[in-house]
Amino acid sequence: MGLTRDQVNKVALLARLDLTEAELATMTTQLQAIVGYVESLGELNTDAITPLSHPHEVSNVFRDDTVVPSLDREAILANAPKRDAECYLVPAVLGE
Amino acid sequence: MSLINLTATELLGQMQSGQATSVDITRAFIERIKQVDGRVGALLRYDADSALAQAEAVDRKRRAKQPLGPLAGLPIAVKDLICSTGELTTCASKILKDFRAPYDATVIMRLKGADAVLLGRTNLDEFAMGGSTENSGFQPTRNPWDLSRSPGGSSGGSAAAVAASLAPLSLGTDTGGSIRQPAAFCGITGLKPGYGRVSRFGLVAFASSLDQIGPMAWTVEDAALLLGVIAGHDPRDSTSVNQPVPDYLAALRRPLDGLTLGLVREHFAAGLDGEIESAVREAIRLYESLGAKVKEVSLPHSKYGVAAYYLVAPCEASSNLARYDGIHYGHRADEKAIQAEFEADRKQLVAAGKHEAAERLDMPLVRLYRRSREEGFGPEVKRRIMLGTYALSAGYYDAYYLKALKVRRLIQQDYLDAFKQCELLIGPVTTTPAIKLGENANNPLAMYLLDLYTVTANLAGVAGISIPCGFTKAGLPIGLQLQGAAFAEDRLLHAAQQYQAKTDWHQKRPALASG
Repeated sequence: MGLTRDQVNKVALLARLDLTEAELATMTTQLQAIVGYVESLGELNTDAITPLSHPHEVSNVFRDDTVVPSLDREAILANAPKRDAECYLVPAVLGE
Repeated sequence: MSLINLTATELLGQMQSGQATSVDITRAFIERIKQVDGRVGALLRYDADSALAQAEAVDRKRRAKQPLGPLAGLPIAVKDLICSTGELTTCASKILKDFRAPYDATVIMRLKGADAVLLGRTNLDEFAMGGSTENSGFQPTRNPWDLSRSPGGSSGGSAAAVAASLAPLSLGTDTGGSIRQPAAFCGITGLKPGYGRVSRFGLVAFASSLDQIGPMAWTVEDAALLLGVIAGHDPRDSTSVNQPVPDYLAALRRPLDGLTLGLVREHFAAGLDGEIESAVREAIRLYESLGAKVKEVSLPHSKYGVAAYYLVAPCEASSNLARYDGIHYGHRADEKAIQAEFEADRKQLVAAGKHEAAERLDMPLVRLYRRSREEGFGPEVKRRIMLGTYALSAGYYDAYYLKALKVRRLIQQDYLDAFKQCELLIGPVTTTPAIKLGENANNPLAMYLLDLYTVTANLAGVAGISIPCGFTKAGLPIGLQLQGAAFAEDRLLHAAQQYQAKTDWHQKRPALASG
């Protein structure tokens, strides 16, 4: 099944990528080739197979419910592109 | 003999006997970096002052006869996607070019605890996505055996650092072959431990169910030494497995008896380079002469490995890389410009009477996410995010992601069946020797197919090692791959060591002249 440019554009929005026109064209061609290739999996009948999402099928690991210190605020905010003394700063979401 | 040509084990011997100090050794490697890394490009960064201070501290401890860790005084280069407190950890991505990790990865804590000297940070394909180290956001790395060729990837910087004698040891990561393939291309030893053997805490995640950190070195003995330090259960990584860590170095000493090697039929099919095939077959004959039994086995679903991998890995990547949003850390696009664009777009639509379209415009925050990611990520990372997002999106999930997970089960079952017939699998690492830089620049699919013999180990969670087993006529290294069950790294290292005890491929060094 061919992947259309419109589909690729929609995926770019879902992926939160802002592709340029040129990138969109290259991406469409390349994804078509890759998706065409991975469709070879369709040759296999897997109706009765249980999916394997993790090599060891581990169950969740819980730690004791005790309070321990986490990283301090300053260490975390130190990498923020824009911040004040306590918070990350972002553009207004709800308008002025 | 010059210090930079010694193995890690030999360097430890020099320090123990007092012939050299850690400062002598560290200085020798720093000199070597200065002389040749301008041409190789293996390191993104190194800090001579910090390395020498660490070396001096170890020397002081040794002089004071204080207890020392197993890597005491040995320089090590670390792939730049493993967090180290206060250090830049860029993942070779522009989006993280100024990111300083706020904590140590568990493997870094263990290296520090073992008194290693953290020498510098190695180049990689951005976020470990790629097979050539050309997808680095900063620089390509060149193969020390032939500077016109790729060192492989994504741990190409870590492989080239060892191969060019810039460090005796390095850490890489392997998601689909990213330790074994560059080790093969660069003529060194690289081990991908079984999944869960080494903690991934502090490793910047690419595909969490596949990633594994592992040692890269000239010899199996050195790889065993380093694995012994980094392996073991970590309560901070819920996928780390609580299994005792054997004494890997002790495991090397046993003779080879009763070993059955499985020759994977599918790994000797069309597409395998003739020189690689003969070198690997020669290695198999050597094992037979050492008393190993060799029998043909099949991994019938291996031909679907690359397809399953290029769904599973991008799906996990698209989810893991959602955290790079320009808000919490990393590159942020120009907010004022985005705000202005948004206002202009809205005004234009309103003026044209398209009120509904004006309402549907991407808001400035969404635009900020999209633009920041657009500016920060390179083409291969975008490709994989797109592929993963597509394969996980409504209407396609069952056909792609779920299908790939079912095939993953079949691939794991193939391994379980094979390991009933033999202890270890033997075969090539790659279909070809090191590719030319730029060879697959516009053909991502061709690049993905380089992982044919390595990806299945990651899907199944088993361990694999690449050791040098010859050279092509053109002088390019050839790798031999051994694979073993998830916690059979000791058997893997043992078998690999028996080969290195009888051959000298691992002692060859590239003629990379100083200057």
